[in-house]
Amino acid sequence: MAVSLGAAALVLVVLGLGLGDYPLGPLEVVRALGGDQGFASTVVLEWRLPRVLAALAFGAALGVSGALFQSLTRNPLGSPDVIGFATGSFTGVLVFTVLLGGSVLGATGGALVGGLATALVVYLLAYRDGVQGFRLIVVGIAITAMLGSFNTWLLLKVQTEVAMAASMWAAGSLGLVGWSQLWPAALMLALLVPCVLAVARPLRQLELGDDAAAAHGVRVEPARLVILVVGVALTAVVVATTGPIAFVALAAPQIAKRLAGGAGLPLGHTALLGGTLLLAADLVAQHLLPTDLPVGIVTIVLGGVYLLTLLVREARRTV
Amino acid sequence: MEPIVHDSPPTTLPAPPRPRAPGLQSPGARTAALVTALVVLVVCVVASLAIGSRAVPVGTVWAALTGGDVPAADHAAVVGLRLPRTVLGLAVGASLAVAGAVIQAVTRNPLADPGILGVTSGSAFLVAVAVGFLGVTSPTGYVWFAFAGALLATVAVYLVGSAGRGTPGPAQLTLAGVALGAVLSGLVSAIRLTDPERFAAIQAWESGSFQNRGWDVIVPVLPFVVVGLLLALALTGPLNALSLGDDLAHALGSSVGRTRVLAVVVVTLLAGGATAMAGPIVFVGLMVPHVARWVVGPDQRWIVALSMVLGPVLVLVADVAARVVARPGEIPVGVVTAFVGAPVLVALVRRRKVTGL
Repeated sequence: MAVSLGAAALVLVVLGLGLGDYPLGPLEVVRALGGDQGFASTVVLEWRLPRVLAALAFGAALGVSGALFQSLTRNPLGSPDVIGFATGSFTGVLVFTVLLGGSVLGATGGALVGGLATALVVYLLAYRDGVQGFRLIVVGIAITAMLGSFNTWLLLKVQTEVAMAASMWAAGSLGLVGWSQLWPAALMLALLVPCVLAVARPLRQLELGDDAAAAHGVRVEPARLVILVVGVALTAVVVATTGPIAFVALAAPQIAKRLAGGAGLPLGHTALLGGTLLLAADLVAQHLLPTDLPVGIVTIVLGGVYLLTLLVREARRTV
Repeated sequence: MEPIVHDSPPTTLPAPPRPRAPGLQSPGARTAALVTALVVLVVCVVASLAIGSRAVPVGTVWAALTGGDVPAADHAAVVGLRLPRTVLGLAVGASLAVAGAVIQAVTRNPLADPGILGVTSGSAFLVAVAVGFLGVTSPTGYVWFAFAGALLATVAVYLVGSAGRGTPGPAQLTLAGVALGAVLSGLVSAIRLTDPERFAAIQAWESGSFQNRGWDVIVPVLPFVVVGLLLALALTGPLNALSLGDDLAHALGSSVGRTRVLAVVVVTLLAGGATAMAGPIVFVGLMVPHVARWVVGPDQRWIVALSMVLGPVLVLVADVAARVVARPGEIPVGVVTAFVGAPVLVALVRRRKVTGL
């Protein structure tokens, strides 16, 4: 399954590097990657490669982040979005642009502060003799709804152009990712990889239940907090670069679980699948739609349709 | 493939029989609570008519309503602007609260809300289509799209939730609502991000406001809301039976399937009607039934009746606050209810156990 996923990802990479206003065949793409092909190399290496790599890396990060949250909350609806990270980071951007008069594109700091503060508030509000997954999700829904209506109101107060630019950002787009944006993000994600590997074992134990985990020597609440922090950090890196991209974190772990079989959520498969999904969604957003829309819109529609089909299929089987 | 519903523990509660029913037990005490709520509602109505950027004394309000001799400006403020607005608040509050009570009873999910069944996103989607592609610009024009969208979304969620089975389980309904809501909200973003004019028009509707909503929006929808409220009252008996569990309800001679279908009809009429009139207003459908349940206990007849009174109270208070806080401008009432409702939801879920049904 890992092999076929890898092959699919490779095909998509070649497609992503070849498609565009200056189309290239697979062989030309490979040659251009080697360099020294003049304009073709510029197009592939400077323009298209960073976006394709960003889709793979960010998709993987979102997928793993979702898997961490879903294992933590023991709920397939768990994702960084449910604890309000995306909405909170949008609030941060809006406060920065609307109330402080900054530009939407320079609002990375506002996004991070907003997202992290929201995640912290949700965690603290959900904390009561430890954090229970269901409570975390419901508190997240409440805070998300509150901030969401606050965002809507702030958007009403500004000029339409500013509001639209901000909403574009909030939908999540890979369109502006170049090498200079990709490098710092990739570095941060690389630093987070050992952290993910470190929490993988306590995560497996927690999936078996708090008591079982405690019996295996896992200190439940500290472990949960660390997993939460790693999950939020993965999302934060992506959101700071592209804006919140919905549904990859939700769908990737569930699809990977069904493809790979087994009880837990497979982190490796999830990463591979998340990257492939985001790359595919970005290709759809760039080349199949009449206007160039943010990739987040494609992921939310495809992810939602996927969840609906899943529900119908499972209902049919349990007749 | 294992069902994804089963590893989501308490998204829905299996409706355990409560050892101790909270709230008032004697019919007299319940009646007293209902009467008190009605008195509070009258006070809210008067406040809604009198308070605003131009304060009007209560005596003048009465004179204006009964055709007495009052200054033209006062008459315009009270009869022209605030009377339709107050009627709107009454209709929207009662609809959302009763819709919430019915959804919570039928899904046996104490955290259910009309928004969860995709009603709001269905309305938002068809309004976006109407504004974006059909060039509809006035509230009178897109009221019907909002209504149709609510209907389609509720039916779609019900069909997905009940695929392969006769009656949908509570968890399937909730998941189907979330999934459909996500798809529709993505499509709405796609529509509005393509054009600045569409963007502004859809944005204004989505904030959930009572501003610029006159009789032309209220009157055509009102009959549906009234039918929905009456149907909800008629449905309280079967809902009580349902709260005992499907098997027991069946044994008591109540048709579980018919109750669920009628509940969907009620929710569509009420939540769809409210959304058509005022745009999406969150948390009213979630909060009010809980407050009602605390006061009068688990009997659906009392919960629905009290919700019908407390819903308008909440919405009118929120609307008056929306006018007063940001004077001379105003905050959309949906923002106020969200800021009141979110803490209530957090408090609910922080209690040791979520109130069973």
